[in-house]
Amino acid sequence: MSAQPLAPPGAARPRAAWHAATVTDVRRETPTAVRLTLDVPTWPGSEAGAHLDVRLTAPDGYQATRSYSIASATPGGVVVLAVDEVPDGEVSPFLTRELRSGDQLEVHGPLGAFFVWRPGQDDRPVQLVAGGSGVVPLYAMAAAHGATGDGTFFRLLYSVRRPEDAFFSDELAALTGPSFELDVVYTRAAPEGWAGPVGRLDKGALAAATIPASHRPRLYVCGSTRFVETIATWLQELGHAAADIRTERFGGL
Amino acid sequence: MSFVTRGFSGRRRDDNPRLPPGQTLVNDWPVLSAGPTPRVGTAEWELTISDETGADHRWNWDQLLALGVEDVTVDIHCVTHWTRLDMAWRGVSLDRLFENVESGHDFVMAHSYGGYTTNLPLEDLLDGKAWIATEADGEPLDPEHGGPARLLVPHLYFWKSAKWIRGLTMMPDDEPGFWEQNGYHFYGDPWKEERYW
Amino acid sequence: MSSHLDGNALAGALSDVFQGDVTAASARCAGCGAVSVLAEAMVYPDAPGLVVRCASCDHVLATIVEAGDRVFLSLSGMSTIELRRRP
Repeated sequence: MSAQPLAPPGAARPRAAWHAATVTDVRRETPTAVRLTLDVPTWPGSEAGAHLDVRLTAPDGYQATRSYSIASATPGGVVVLAVDEVPDGEVSPFLTRELRSGDQLEVHGPLGAFFVWRPGQDDRPVQLVAGGSGVVPLYAMAAAHGATGDGTFFRLLYSVRRPEDAFFSDELAALTGPSFELDVVYTRAAPEGWAGPVGRLDKGALAAATIPASHRPRLYVCGSTRFVETIATWLQELGHAAADIRTERFGGL
Repeated sequence: MSFVTRGFSGRRRDDNPRLPPGQTLVNDWPVLSAGPTPRVGTAEWELTISDETGADHRWNWDQLLALGVEDVTVDIHCVTHWTRLDMAWRGVSLDRLFENVESGHDFVMAHSYGGYTTNLPLEDLLDGKAWIATEADGEPLDPEHGGPARLLVPHLYFWKSAKWIRGLTMMPDDEPGFWEQNGYHFYGDPWKEERYW
Repeated sequence: MSSHLDGNALAGALSDVFQGDVTAASARCAGCGAVSVLAEAMVYPDAPGLVVRCASCDHVLATIVEAGDRVFLSLSGMSTIELRRRP
């Protein structure tokens, strides 16, 4: 018998715990979303792609908890979130409209050991596909890739309605270079001077703007349930193995 | 270690005496789903009541409606804390369906297309307390809301009102259904806040 | 279309129960025998509890019901979970 405790694969990473967080910055990210910077002194850092739970408590003890992807892959102490308002939601309208610097909330994390990218795990190229606010964990991966100087080839295909709906536009543009390529698809309206098509992504456009299956990329897809299911189906039809496609759907009450 | 976040109150909770404890008023109709939504057409739909003799009582769609459809206005209380008041339904009273069922058993397991189950005492299904509902808010029931037909037992939490109902099986003892096996209360009276074991 | 999420979404609820993040562990479905990483299962969050289903056959692998200071966890739909010793 071994005395070593049993744990899931990769359990050496920081253990999830509840932390007190203080809001240090709130800025508008898109017309419907805000970027929140949280000071979390006890935060152990997180892997790129991980998420956390935010818990809010009302004066009468009522609590509401929601999951959000972490936009930062920082070593510790600071957490950046980008929160899109869900119409008629209970938590996101509070976070996007009411929250301000100095406010305190509780966060539980880091969470998720599967939908993550680790620098240096292998030399296979990485294809990211994001729909709307689904770019948040993929931005964290691209930023971690840029920050560590990892030489793996990265490509991000980002589908947004209009230019102003894009998250982390400036940061993503600044990351582009020999080892990071960015393709944006506008489904409703494109920026002035845009030469490409405007409209919903189709399988042909997906094939044209992603790393081909022959290069055996690892793929990460994040967006609404409908977006993720459509993209994952097309990627398999384009020859990618199901085991190479990692998905994260968001939604829920 | 929980602490209050400034300015957060959550959804309004009010003191309306028609709201059971811990419930919040809603005006929409939230969709809850524990799995893929079964798509069952009225042409293939069938309801079976099975008793201890092994005899089955069966109704197809037209036979169900021929038993007599009635209008019901009731309050709906979901264990996920929402309540809708004065909701208009149409359906067939379970008193009609049980008229010719002879059973010595006191409990019923409701079975749905898709595999969902929930347990109820027989007496909670009789005497004008429960229906096989086919319409709500003046429209045929959407598949998302349990169409073509769902159980309607408004005096218990709404998970007892099984969507996509296809059968009722008589049981000698109170055996737990899907949520009742997994933490929820066997009976589920919203006024006693019987949410969990 | 019923809305479901990925098994990733279980990490918060399960980290209270298990040591480490169990969503990266593989489990065998008691219904069809398929082995897959829990993070790739389907999670239905809009229900009285979290319902985890096999992505191959829809069989219910697990349910998690949060009840205030209690958690009801059912793993009855999985025949095996693979865990590893810490290095």
